Amino acid sequence: MSFDFTEEQIKRYSRHIILPEVGGVGQKKLLNAKVLVIGAGGLGSPSLYYLAAAGVGTIGIVDFDVVDFSNLQRQILHNTSRVGVPKVESAKMTIEALNPDVKVIAYNEKIQKNNVLDIIKDYDIVLDGSDNFPTRFLINDACYFLGKPLVSAAILRFEGQLTVFDYRDKKNSPCYRCLFPEPPPPGMVPSCQEAGLLGVVGGIMGTLQANEALKLILEIGEPLVGKLLVFDALYTEFRTVRLRKDKKCNLCGEEQKIKELIEYEQACEIHF
Amino acid sequence: MEIDRELDLKGEVCPFTFVKSKLMIEQMKTGEVLRVILDYRPSVDNVPKSFQMEGQEVLAVNQIEDNLWEVLVRKVR
Repeated sequence: MSFDFTEEQIKRYSRHIILPEVGGVGQKKLLNAKVLVIGAGGLGSPSLYYLAAAGVGTIGIVDFDVVDFSNLQRQILHNTSRVGVPKVESAKMTIEALNPDVKVIAYNEKIQKNNVLDIIKDYDIVLDGSDNFPTRFLINDACYFLGKPLVSAAILRFEGQLTVFDYRDKKNSPCYRCLFPEPPPPGMVPSCQEAGLLGVVGGIMGTLQANEALKLILEIGEPLVGKLLVFDALYTEFRTVRLRKDKKCNLCGEEQKIKELIEYEQACEIHF
Repeated sequence: MEIDRELDLKGEVCPFTFVKSKLMIEQMKTGEVLRVILDYRPSVDNVPKSFQMEGQEVLAVNQIEDNLWEVLVRKVR
């Protein structure tokens, strides 16, 4: 076996290589890995930045928005001079400046029924950092059909949630629909005025998402499968709730009723 | 003793002395012996210590000249 690291790579990844759980073998796994991050916003910013710093060799980024001043309170991949620039372009610039080892593939488009499978199919792991339910259900169902591990995080106000659905092991892993069978009715979703967010919550949860992705690539530790981690920023508390597979789940249960992708209506068209 | 690979790390300092030694040993077969040449004094302590922590067998640490040392390590795992 030959690693063929350059001098620069040996220096760049030295703190990884020193770790018994990573080493040159693990660093090669990272450089050969392909990770897709959906949403280059509050969650995607830290997860993308850490994945790139870690040397994940191929990173796909999906987002159809442009950078807005209202994003800069938390979306640390972007900056003031990038306002008006597509988020995927801004993210690509920041990542490439950090680590030239990373090949960034930018998808400046909205995740929809007709493109989701095609975008996801070539990646090893998918990170959901999207900001709306129709997209979350599409990503979940697509990952389930394709058998891809999905690292799912969500943030609102002072709270964050994180879990991993490992669809390489459909028999044992619960799915997103075991947790949320259907999108909530429009009245249940926080209105735009209510949907405030302490920026750092995205930083914490997105970083934890990157951690789960790196563990999956390196095959170390225990992935957060079958557990939902809930973070409360006001009291600095983490709680872990067990997630059980729902036998009656329409997607992964005993009787699979959902056999194709479903495109739900978005209640509020304002995106974050 | 038969030496399978040799790594001349003169001019290198911590932690890169260990990083480079470890990368080399990862690419070797179990049972093979690596000889590392060091001229940075702290590495003469740190490289063997780090190898031991990783479960490799440190066979010898010898001073071979003024300011020049060799570390012999057998790959166990």
